[in-house]
Amino acid sequence: MNDIITTMFNKKFMDELFKPQDLYSKKALRTVYDRLAHASIMRLNQASMDKLYDLMTMAFKYQVLLCPRPRDILLVTFNHLDAIKDFISDSPGILNQVDETFRRLIETYNCLSDGEFQLIRQTLLIFFQDMHIRVSIFLKDKVQNSNGRFVLPISGPVPWGTEVPGLIRMFNHKGVEVRRTEFTTAGNYVTPQREGSFELYGDRVLKLGTNMYSVTRPVETHMSGSSKNLASQAKENIAPNPLAKEELNFLARLLGGLDIQKPTGGETGFRLNLFTTDEEEEYAGVLHGLGLGRLWGALEAKAGPEQL
Amino acid sequence: GGIQEEICEEVLGVLQRSPLRPSQAVWCELPSRVLLVLTSQRGVQMYEADGSTMVFWHALDVPEQPAAHSVFARGIAAAGGRFICVGTSFGAVLVFDIPPKGTNVTLSEVLEQHRDPITDIAAEQGRDGAGDLVTADDSGTLCLWSSGEEFTLLGKIPGCGSSCSSVVLWNGTVAAGYGNGQIRLWEAGSGRIRAQVSAHARWIYALDLAPLTGKLLSGAEDSFVHVWKLSRNPDTDDIEIQHCHAECVTDTQVCGARFCDPAGDTFAVTGYDLSEILCYGPA
Repeated sequence: MNDIITTMFNKKFMDELFKPQDLYSKKALRTVYDRLAHASIMRLNQASMDKLYDLMTMAFKYQVLLCPRPRDILLVTFNHLDAIKDFISDSPGILNQVDETFRRLIETYNCLSDGEFQLIRQTLLIFFQDMHIRVSIFLKDKVQNSNGRFVLPISGPVPWGTEVPGLIRMFNHKGVEVRRTEFTTAGNYVTPQREGSFELYGDRVLKLGTNMYSVTRPVETHMSGSSKNLASQAKENIAPNPLAKEELNFLARLLGGLDIQKPTGGETGFRLNLFTTDEEEEYAGVLHGLGLGRLWGALEAKAGPEQL
Repeated sequence: GGIQEEICEEVLGVLQRSPLRPSQAVWCELPSRVLLVLTSQRGVQMYEADGSTMVFWHALDVPEQPAAHSVFARGIAAAGGRFICVGTSFGAVLVFDIPPKGTNVTLSEVLEQHRDPITDIAAEQGRDGAGDLVTADDSGTLCLWSSGEEFTLLGKIPGCGSSCSSVVLWNGTVAAGYGNGQIRLWEAGSGRIRAQVSAHARWIYALDLAPLTGKLLSGAEDSFVHVWKLSRNPDTDDIEIQHCHAECVTDTQVCGARFCDPAGDTFAVTGYDLSEILCYGPA
């Protein structure tokens, strides 16, 4: 995994990415993705690559689509980087590379206006248009409908800088407020508590872009009694899910008979040093780097030594 | 003719360099003709109303090397019974003089009052001396103009931190929709704010006005479409706005909303990832 992250955050590669340019074509993006995935000695077959690519694109589409404010796509990016830094927290060299990129992102993007962020977001959304691949974890969490379209909640906190809809204020020609009325809709919005941090370190507040598969992952729930839901979500993550299992059968085939044991060491991050070959370790590394690492934690709880 | 073919080939050559993705399409109604105007990253194209013939195209100055800021045309409106105004990412507003027929369209003027990319332009029939054109930009700044041989700037309303994504003009009232979900009504003559509505929970994409009744339509990323009614209090002359109706397009970020008739009894809605146009009307 270190190989992949090192390659991803290579200075020359980053220099190239930060050059002003048009969005990559779908073909070009897929090529970059394939090359990155193969940056280590690991090799995935075509079907596996396709599956992982689909998963990645739908997850990213979800994150971009649901951003409350256009500039929240930057917070999503920071969430991605925070998670990556967590995976390599014991490799100072690579950590430095990632921090460098972080600083570069801050320098380049923190100053953009809402309009510029919205343009970036619209460009990304056009890229993802008409993609409706169903992802089992999204279906299970009810963030995606069975027709592949994402659920757009009409409740929860409004974006930072937006007011809860409902108030109409009218002013006379002197600028004095003379009338106030209200209107109601089906929406059930509340004021947000605080704004996410755009610094190198800080609470991003936004959960989009955090690890989808962490056992106690914070899921955006816009239902009342959300803390109750969070607890039940966490519990559900560990319970067997036949859909997830089916989707991940290809991973099992790759790894063959796998003896899963508890991870060694006291890291909160997920590490498997139990594979019989380097190759198998790299497969896991790739999954981990793609945010699927903790999935194995969930499977581990029920799988035991049996074949998946 | 030969020249047109040459132009077309040139255009196609230009377009093939990068895909032409029209960002806006507006039918511009002038007394003598209706033109279909498209904007994109390449510039502006004008077609006869049935889309059959390209009448005119204006290429934006695109730098050879991609610059950090996108170049594009955005914001289209017919003004003064004679002009078509198109905004640009530079903040400049291009004013094209349109002949009653034929292709002899000329760039009459370039209005340079905005410092941020133009988002939207709206116009209405001019009343003597009163402004008949409003231009909006990404900083939320609004400019009010009087159209003519030379356009006159009548006033400027500074932005307050949020992009003004869409704007309409009716009876001297500017209705502006913002990226933070607010709708504001401004008195065009004085530039004073007359109403502030916490209308939507997300970015407002579309505003439309039904001129016969003063109905206002707003559509936003929060999945909602609202119908409002603008009016003038006959006693106080205060501008008033009331909420009439709300529709929620489930699981859809609304990107377009337009009245289908001048009274505003019916409207059409489009959204991201939606291949259909949804039409709403009285029961």
